[in-house]
Amino acid sequence: MAIEFRKDLFADERDDDLNEIGKPTQRQDMLGHVTGRSPFYDDHLFDGLCHIRCARSPHHHARIRRVDTSAAERMPGVRRVITARDVPHNLNTLLSLLDFGLDDEELIASERVAYKGEPVAAVIADTERQAREACRAVRVDWEALPHVLDVEEAIKPGAPAVNPAYPGNLFVYHGKYDHQKLRYGDVEAALRTADHVVTGRYQMSPIEQAPIETCGAIAAPETNDRFVCYTSTQALFFSLGTAVKLLDVSSARLHFIGGTVGGGFGGKVDSLHEPMAILGTMLTGRPCKYMFDREEEMQVGAPRGAERWYLTDGVMNDGRIVARKFVGYFDAGATTRLSSYAIIKGVGHLPGPYTIPNVYADVYCVFTNRTPATAMRGFGVTGVDFAIESHMDEVADTIGMDPIELRILNAYRDGDMKAHRRLAKNTALVECCQVAAGKAGWGLSQAARAASSLTGGGGARAELPAFTATDEHGRVAGFSSGSYAQGGRPAEPTGRGDPRPAPGSAPRPEPRHEPPRHEPPRHEPSRTPEPRREPAYAGAPPRPEPPSPAPPAPGEPPRRAPTRFSSISGLRRR
Amino acid sequence: MTVHKGRGFAAINYPIGMNLGGDPSQALVHSNPDGKFMVSLSSIDLGQGMKSVTRQIAAETLGVPVEDVYVDTADSDTGPHCMGSFASRGTHRVGNAVIEAAKEARAVMLEAAAEELEVNAADLVTDGRGNIHVRGAPSRSITTGEAAMAAQFKQGRTVSGRGIFLIPLSEVSPETGEMTPVSCFAHAAMIVDVEVDDETGEVTVAKINSAYEVGRALNPRLVEQQLVGGAWMGLSHALYETTEPYYPDRAHGPTDFNTYLMPGPGDIAPHDIAILERPAPDGPYGGKGPGEMCANPVLPAVANAVFDAVGVRVRELPITPEKVLRGIRENGGVRPSRRAASGGW
Repeated sequence: MAIEFRKDLFADERDDDLNEIGKPTQRQDMLGHVTGRSPFYDDHLFDGLCHIRCARSPHHHARIRRVDTSAAERMPGVRRVITARDVPHNLNTLLSLLDFGLDDEELIASERVAYKGEPVAAVIADTERQAREACRAVRVDWEALPHVLDVEEAIKPGAPAVNPAYPGNLFVYHGKYDHQKLRYGDVEAALRTADHVVTGRYQMSPIEQAPIETCGAIAAPETNDRFVCYTSTQALFFSLGTAVKLLDVSSARLHFIGGTVGGGFGGKVDSLHEPMAILGTMLTGRPCKYMFDREEEMQVGAPRGAERWYLTDGVMNDGRIVARKFVGYFDAGATTRLSSYAIIKGVGHLPGPYTIPNVYADVYCVFTNRTPATAMRGFGVTGVDFAIESHMDEVADTIGMDPIELRILNAYRDGDMKAHRRLAKNTALVECCQVAAGKAGWGLSQAARAASSLTGGGGARAELPAFTATDEHGRVAGFSSGSYAQGGRPAEPTGRGDPRPAPGSAPRPEPRHEPPRHEPPRHEPSRTPEPRREPAYAGAPPRPEPPSPAPPAPGEPPRRAPTRFSSISGLRRR
Repeated sequence: MTVHKGRGFAAINYPIGMNLGGDPSQALVHSNPDGKFMVSLSSIDLGQGMKSVTRQIAAETLGVPVEDVYVDTADSDTGPHCMGSFASRGTHRVGNAVIEAAKEARAVMLEAAAEELEVNAADLVTDGRGNIHVRGAPSRSITTGEAAMAAQFKQGRTVSGRGIFLIPLSEVSPETGEMTPVSCFAHAAMIVDVEVDDETGEVTVAKINSAYEVGRALNPRLVEQQLVGGAWMGLSHALYETTEPYYPDRAHGPTDFNTYLMPGPGDIAPHDIAILERPAPDGPYGGKGPGEMCANPVLPAVANAVFDAVGVRVRELPITPEKVLRGIRENGGVRPSRRAASGGW
């Protein structure tokens, strides 16, 4: 292993003469870590600590006819068995803190489970072993239901409905479409004029964040009717906000302590442990610990979700990529968690670090009967980068070009317009390619060696496309657009505890890899690279919108979404 | 049995901070009467070094030695709000909040020093070693400890500061995907050398050469830790890891580290790294966040190297021996690239 700092590059953009910045100072917490003395959440033990374990679904998809906890409650050491009715507000979506999406997940399943491992009851006992044994004594009368595990199967007509908030098994974007669109230029026209069209399908399986410290939390009563919670969370106030909502308590009554975490990698943002541990403490008055064991961490805890990508590139003989089209499927599992947001991040990242004049993407957040997926290192980008960079080599192979030369030729540079319609700045892809090639002794042409992120960009490359083909395929009805990327309530609210719709009963969109081509509405390019709140599209009017869904009936409980972020962003329009 | 050598390349960029913004972080800084500073955060140190990088940022901004600063994280009673440690946002967002808080505290410290030295605060500078002196006149000086003591016991000032950093939330167009995703990007390019055994399908990574552009390397050792560890994680993802080996079939899911495969110590490849520093205009001292992006280029670079070696394009991660062997069989044998076959490497 050798590390070198290429201080010669971009030297005029840096002041390297600072006192502390740039120094290899030893970590403040190093001694504690290497001597095993740094306190992690599981080091905070209490007299009389109780342990929480969950009874979980053995089915991918099943109706819960009855949960019988009576035998479990009589087991030795058992303090209490918690079921769905004990959770004060048993419906949430992780991103409700951002006012993004519909509540679609229970802390403990009430009437149906939608993935193997979904909790149906939680046992609080004096020892972990007693809690495990009592979980085995929880009797559930299951009615197995048809399930679906493949993203493209899940969106076919007649597929079992996984998530009652989204009957089509697809997250709804902006209350309007069953996917997030990216439209920049006219990909289909450019593909027709390209010398070569290169297609590919790429897939990433779920993987585990695999922290050494499994997810968990310990709660205990504090004075003044408060609860303290030691947690492994990666996001202290995010977890606190989730607990406030699920438990229906004031944030003033919760005292969260974390800060030193035994590995996160994205898997500790989901915050199911804190509310469960605090609920246990509320119901028993005792300190309670809820912690995944390794099997739960690997098979129940949310992994990095699977993704499937279809890429189509149009490339000229000289290596210029003139069109790139994506159709992507994120496998969210049974509930949304963070997958919907990762897609927005992924779409903003397309078409990768290249300047391509025509880019198209349809990206779907699909619900399947598997463990809900969540964040992991590189979230929203890792999967599509695997697809893009594998595909770049396929393109290079097709036209017989050196793979690094192809990247440098198409690399984005300062001043280029990106597909999300903002100008690129502070770019350094070309230099990274050159330096990596140099280290490995990979020969490059004089032109590739002379290229720079600072030159060759801007000018005509800063222009928006003269024409962008847009369309309305994947339009959905029955969702309202409350903010930038969320649905409001479904037209027929499936309130808390409602029976979920029968499989196949809901109208289902049919996404296709080739969307139908209507007469594309034209809109003029805007010359303003600055952020704009309301993109205005001139030209032929789009197709008339379907009638707005009826407003919520009076007396309906308001949706719960903390207002702190949405009020800052001014997005709540209700 | 033949071992085939191959070489693969990949280049990536990565958005720094929570996509679309709207993700604030706050910091509070205060001094004790001895001029020793405490930074209070609710941010999480996942092992990436959040406490250390914010400590250096605070010391740099305050103009005091790093030994005079400690960072306390993640108590919701004492630390102001932070969105959390994810999305490569820690260094960028929290670092900027700490700069703002430290600037405010520094201004009070200099005011206190100015009153003691009977000069204008605008004429004072810090030497980063615990002294405040008049610009161009180092003899007219006072220690930061004396200034803090005077502020708190003579002048009645708190030497403290508040900081918040927020990039306003961006809208997203449903029709075109127009958005303002983030304010800066990190970059990387990587060349991976592999050896593929055509009898077992096993892929061995022999060497990694990489170039990572990270804005400014605020602490070079923390950057190194992230890049070395992240590349290992990417390698593991490329070749070994999955919770569902036959995805979308749920069968054969691993339940512990005996069945959840990862590379062992003997599988770690030599990795030579070049670090490029193009400071982000809105990053704290130009810093971006190398933590997430460093794993991403490894996946396609390994896939491209396997293709180069044996002509098998594995399109589904992870690239297991089973998939490599099936690919070789489907192709009717090994088909190394023109470059690999001609000994071009």
